[in-house]
Amino acid sequence: MTTQENNLSRRDFLKLGIGALSALAVLEMGGVSLFFMQPRSLVGEFGGIVNAGPVDSFPAGSVVEFPDGRFFLIHAPDGGFLAVYSRCTHLGCTISWEADKNQFFCPCHASSFSTTGDVQNPPAPRALDLFAITIEEGQLLVNTGSITQRDRFTTDQLTYA
Amino acid sequence: MTEQKLTWKEKIFYTTPNDDRSRMRTVANNLILHIHPTKVAKPALRFSYTWGLGGISSVLVMFLILTGVLLMFRYDASVENAYTSIQYLETQVAFGALIRNIHHWSANLLVVTSFLHLIRVFLTGGFKKGRALNWALGLFLLTLVLAFNFTGYLLPWDQLAYWAITVGTSLLSYVPLVGTAVSNFLLGGPEVGQTTLRNFYAIHVAVLPAILILAMSFHFWRVRKDGGISQPEPGERERVEKVTTIPHLVQIELAATAVLTVVILVWAIFVPAPLEALANPSHPPNPAKAAWYFMGLQELLLHMHPLAAMLLPLTLFIGIALLPKLDTQEDNIGIYFRSHKGRFAALFGALIGTILVPLAVLLDEYWLDLPGLFPTWPTLITTGLIPLLATLAMFGLIYGYFRKAGKLNHSEAIVGLFSFIMTSFVTLTLIGIFFRGANMALVLPF
Repeated sequence: MTTQENNLSRRDFLKLGIGALSALAVLEMGGVSLFFMQPRSLVGEFGGIVNAGPVDSFPAGSVVEFPDGRFFLIHAPDGGFLAVYSRCTHLGCTISWEADKNQFFCPCHASSFSTTGDVQNPPAPRALDLFAITIEEGQLLVNTGSITQRDRFTTDQLTYA
Repeated sequence: MTEQKLTWKEKIFYTTPNDDRSRMRTVANNLILHIHPTKVAKPALRFSYTWGLGGISSVLVMFLILTGVLLMFRYDASVENAYTSIQYLETQVAFGALIRNIHHWSANLLVVTSFLHLIRVFLTGGFKKGRALNWALGLFLLTLVLAFNFTGYLLPWDQLAYWAITVGTSLLSYVPLVGTAVSNFLLGGPEVGQTTLRNFYAIHVAVLPAILILAMSFHFWRVRKDGGISQPEPGERERVEKVTTIPHLVQIELAATAVLTVVILVWAIFVPAPLEALANPSHPPNPAKAAWYFMGLQELLLHMHPLAAMLLPLTLFIGIALLPKLDTQEDNIGIYFRSHKGRFAALFGALIGTILVPLAVLLDEYWLDLPGLFPTWPTLITTGLIPLLATLAMFGLIYGYFRKAGKLNHSEAIVGLFSFIMTSFVTLTLIGIFFRGANMALVLPF
């Protein structure tokens, strides 16, 4: 019989088999646990699509808070809409709208943002995150499940009726 | 070995044998005492060598398990009922407030004692000579303690809890590539909510305790396998005197446990654990602060880009874990600060730490404005890379100064640098706790 370089003895074959099967079992258990604990998004609440109301109920230049949807609806003077996530881009505290100063303010580390969500005062590293807006039959629908990050405000982020 | 006639009492409980031989037999055969060798080196028993910090930490863990199990019977991990169940515990349940206070203060004290235990083991060179694994295990245990505190912090579901966890987990999302995914996984969504509370509860009462008990047992077992706690190298022909574990070690442990129990109990009777208003996701308190043991990190965050503020402690943590490789000098094991010169280095390091850190904080707060100086550069460089490299360069400078100007050897210079880093960290923490007011502005605490 010719000697084979890669001759695998029965013992080594069984060892390898047990090792491979154990590794597979661990992977399976890990995968199962991972899927088991996967977050599930809730329909109709934050994370779903929120109906903000009819388009013409927001005067140009207004900023309206939707606490349940975690966003501010901004109606820019030129008629475009912007839905900004009410969560500070620095460390996640909830911002508030200060109408007298015309700015969003975060009390945790004193970041402030302009009416378009641009950073006025750091430590916030980027402008406020956006939610996608669609307009159907005159109703403003804000998708709180789709968060878009941006560095600064540009006019193409506005949605028009 | 001949058949030993042990009563069931002897097998389980501590008995009071009368001669050394049966004392040693008791230790070897007793479930709890078997954690010890039958005899221990006499110098290892000196209280001012260990300060009993490892033992005190273990006893605190026992208090935490006992009170934690009791609390589980009265706690409800749901957003609707969590806060109410704590209020109920505080006002209606017999001894409810006391049990919660003991749990709260033991957990806080455990952070302190395990940190001091790390300092003690470092200062006496207990990480050297084959103890690298146990040193790493100890560091792992310290992170476990912090993870316990972090997950437990959320459970009362008050303002303090909600915002400390929001800020803490937001940090995660700055980790490149996987950060947001891990944060979403832990929180069960983009923000702290019902899933977060349930996740943290499961982690706090099941996952972490299982890991902690295994890791602690491993830690203790390694101490035994490494030949007991670290001691100075005996000279030639020198014999270390050994004494029986009963009564010499056991009585110290019992005394320390008794004192600790009284201290915790009296403290818990007179100082209530904090409970603020019900968590309100739309209104963060001002200032929104992290738990006190994370305020050093929070203070860093005010001055650095979050990525840099995470990289710096991570670098230091890895450095500390690698100490057994960095400092291999064996003739100074068991000597506090390595030598007389090392003692001076530690003092000097602590001194410049307490002076430089407040100066740097004031400088950055009122004068230095790197993003303003270089408005076109990204903040990742101006508030991230530049301060990070400056801090690391400072470490290098201090080490170099000790080596050159102080004429210290490598081991002693590391003591000086370690002392500087730890003092700076403690100073930052104190600034975060006492000198930060509304809008995180610098204020005087008095």
